[in-house]
Amino acid sequence: MKRFTQALIAVIALCAAQMTLAQEAIEITKGTDKATPIAVVPFGWQGSTPLPEDLAQISANDLRNSGMFAPMERSNMLSYPVRGEEINARDWKMIGVDYVVVGQVSNQAGTDRYELNYSLYSIVREQVLLSKTVSGTKAQLRDMAHHLSDEVFEEITGIKGAYNTKLLYVAAERFSKDNTRYTLQRSDYDGARLSTLLQSREPILSPSYAPDGQRIAYVSFESGRPEIYVHYIQTGRRERITSYEGLNGAPAWSPDGNRLAFVLSRDGNPEIYVMDLGSKQLRRVTNHFSIDTEPSWMDDNTIAFTSDRGGKPQIYKQNINGGSTERLTFVGNYNANAKLSVDGRTMVMVHRQEGYRNFQIATQDLKRGNLRVLTETSLDESPTVSPNGVMLIYATRQQGRGVLMLVSTNGRARSEIPTQFSDLRVPSWSPYLP
Amino acid sequence: MEVIKFGKMAALVVAFGVVVGCSSKGGDASGTGAVDPNAGYGAGTSGAGMDNGMSSEEASLRAVTTFYFEYDSSELKQEAMRSLDVHAKDLKSAGNRVVLEGHTDERGTREYNMALGERRAAAVQRYLVLQGVSPGQLELVSYGEEKPSVMGSGEESMAQNRRVELRK
Repeated sequence: MKRFTQALIAVIALCAAQMTLAQEAIEITKGTDKATPIAVVPFGWQGSTPLPEDLAQISANDLRNSGMFAPMERSNMLSYPVRGEEINARDWKMIGVDYVVVGQVSNQAGTDRYELNYSLYSIVREQVLLSKTVSGTKAQLRDMAHHLSDEVFEEITGIKGAYNTKLLYVAAERFSKDNTRYTLQRSDYDGARLSTLLQSREPILSPSYAPDGQRIAYVSFESGRPEIYVHYIQTGRRERITSYEGLNGAPAWSPDGNRLAFVLSRDGNPEIYVMDLGSKQLRRVTNHFSIDTEPSWMDDNTIAFTSDRGGKPQIYKQNINGGSTERLTFVGNYNANAKLSVDGRTMVMVHRQEGYRNFQIATQDLKRGNLRVLTETSLDESPTVSPNGVMLIYATRQQGRGVLMLVSTNGRARSEIPTQFSDLRVPSWSPYLP
Repeated sequence: MEVIKFGKMAALVVAFGVVVGCSSKGGDASGTGAVDPNAGYGAGTSGAGMDNGMSSEEASLRAVTTFYFEYDSSELKQEAMRSLDVHAKDLKSAGNRVVLEGHTDERGTREYNMALGERRAAAVQRYLVLQGVSPGQLELVSYGEEKPSVMGSGEESMAQNRRVELRK
């Protein structure tokens, strides 16, 4: 009887939660096939009113986004256990699930303190792999779910989870040709819990998270010309870094967070520069009459960048202390906006195949050189990689509006970042946050 | 002011007689006053031939303040050069400052397009300087693909977005 009541409560909580979640849920536009089957069972909750967040669903979405897991639909589950000992391994085995996550949320009456007790169970080994408690305020419920996802993901894959991370992007609301509102937004990696960092009538471009997760850099046209700013997220303090004649663009943080690479055209055409943020000393890195732009750090002293010195835009690399320039991309007639994965082994970029009109996101293995196209739409750009390299978010266009898509780097999972705005662009994924 | 009016009238009379070949005269006469690149535009759209006296051809060239480009190109088109000749003359005599805004269509990456937009604005600047305009009168700003003139991904709308706008 008790079990039935719990299941019933779980179902009621689930229905209520699904209604509130409808707006926020990531919309799955492409399924998975060879991913590990897992079931994140709706978590138990005894409260008199439904929880504002469906933690199990958030977590299931997290795991699906990696492309490494195929979370089971709730409607296909035979039971809704909330504790490890309630799991009937045989039932789950029968429906082809390898892992089951169960949990219960509790709240000390009259307080803003919530606790999530959860367990990860291996059906194959019939064994509890993880059993933990995480707590927080009502406003932190989503953090608790992402924390669970991080733990489960790492326990099974051995890869550190990157679900407690943030996303920057620019939203544009166009009212007429000369009247657009640009806002710099910060959200959870999955688009939830939005906050506006900056609002302007002029374009905001190329936001980029510093490795410390505390500062961001971006280009703002608020003065009528492009200028690079460094913005402290906590305090809102802003520092104007460059305001030279011509282009001031594409800021990119060095791995140590002490330097910023960017593009200036003050000497006549676009060149890559590096500024030491402490001393404000400027060093010119490239020197060529073509367009050099979109710097991206490969290590402490090497920068990858886009250049059309060979006729079409391709990716090159250059030591910031001098030396020769080396071309990195040879496949396709347009390769630009390279982003390096944190381990430095893979490069993600905007790619156009020979003979095609479409711009797509591709990855290139820097050791072996082989290239893989990850997306299949036509105006894909601005890729940004999760700190563990498992997922990436990019901008594309759908029915004339800019949208952000999340795709796993293995290509299996794909979903749209939900939004209230009509036009999104230039996403930047945060590093791991404390 | 009297001189200008007279110049306009004279040009109008000449324009009726000889359609081609009067444009430089009309331009000279208008030099002291008509420096607003959009002034001609207003007169042109009003459709009043009398106000727009000195030369309908020059006025219509002056009315053009947006210059279009082919995809991934910063090469000026013939018709743009003809308009820029008129603007150069105006700028030389008035000595005012204008902004050349470079724009691209949405294809390609945003920062690369920022550079391409600047390349287009620089092409217009170079042409005007060759005609004798002082570089100090010309400020370049590239907006890349950030400020499209029209929305839409069709070839037609993209062609309208690949442009340099001359703004006072």
